[in-house]
Amino acid sequence: MRALFAFIAGGLFGSGLFISGMTDTAKVQGWLDVFGAWDPTLAFVMGGAMIPMAIAWIIRSRRDTPVLGGTFPPPAPREIDRKLIIGSIMFGAGWGLAGLCPGPSLASLSYGGIEHWVFFVAMLGGMLVAPRLSIRLDRPVPAE
Amino acid sequence: MVMDWVWGLVGGLLIGLGGAVYLLANGRIMGASGIIGGLVDGTGRRDAVERVTFLAGVFLLPVLLYPLYSSVDTHITGNWGVLIAAGLLVGIGTRIANGCTSGHGVCGMSRLAPRGFIATVAYILAGGLGVVLFRHILGVI
Repeated sequence: MRALFAFIAGGLFGSGLFISGMTDTAKVQGWLDVFGAWDPTLAFVMGGAMIPMAIAWIIRSRRDTPVLGGTFPPPAPREIDRKLIIGSIMFGAGWGLAGLCPGPSLASLSYGGIEHWVFFVAMLGGMLVAPRLSIRLDRPVPAE
Repeated sequence: MVMDWVWGLVGGLLIGLGGAVYLLANGRIMGASGIIGGLVDGTGRRDAVERVTFLAGVFLLPVLLYPLYSSVDTHITGNWGVLIAAGLLVGIGTRIANGCTSGHGVCGMSRLAPRGFIATVAYILAGGLGVVLFRHILGVI
């Protein structure tokens, strides 16, 4: 049952990415390119996605457990650390460079061509080495 | 142009609905980088089945939708160096920051998580500067 609902959730996510045009790298780069032909589509996608998600968080606050049992995710951590900033900057640079982020990179694999596979495999490689880099960033900054 | 925005909104609603199902039914946050990354580095072995079926849905639904469209061009670069560099940056960056556009953006900001907003501002700024640098100054994309 958990697998079925995970598949439904993934299917909704994948169709949404496809229908919204977020697997089109030109649309993503068009959103980021404020000095070129700026394309605001991504703002509609993000805004549209936040509506059901915000409602889901409200419903979550009124329930003790998920429908299929288990536990809800812990409250959002409040700590802003180096890893959040450095990681997000690296992610943003790659996102701008290719116009793909993790979700759309998977959603576009079936029809995007070999280039999408090259990006996807490189991304998996990055995810494989990330824990080692992450540990280094956990070390405290040496005191002056 | 306006139709693109309408489809963007419709697609966005579906994305959010997916996140809502994953949260309320499975009790999980729908973050693409976390779901994929947990399988890659082994930290998500415990709930691997759930992760794999989620990812199967993400992969397969576009396969079903694709024939309904007359043409789908992803406009991706043919430069493998750029693709590999970008893939590595996205893979490393999202795992270090513990989230991407879906986790920090959609799921984080919709519950008013400070980390979600800060991450989103950081990756959009870096992406915008990246496009300016690589497209308008260096001309590689």
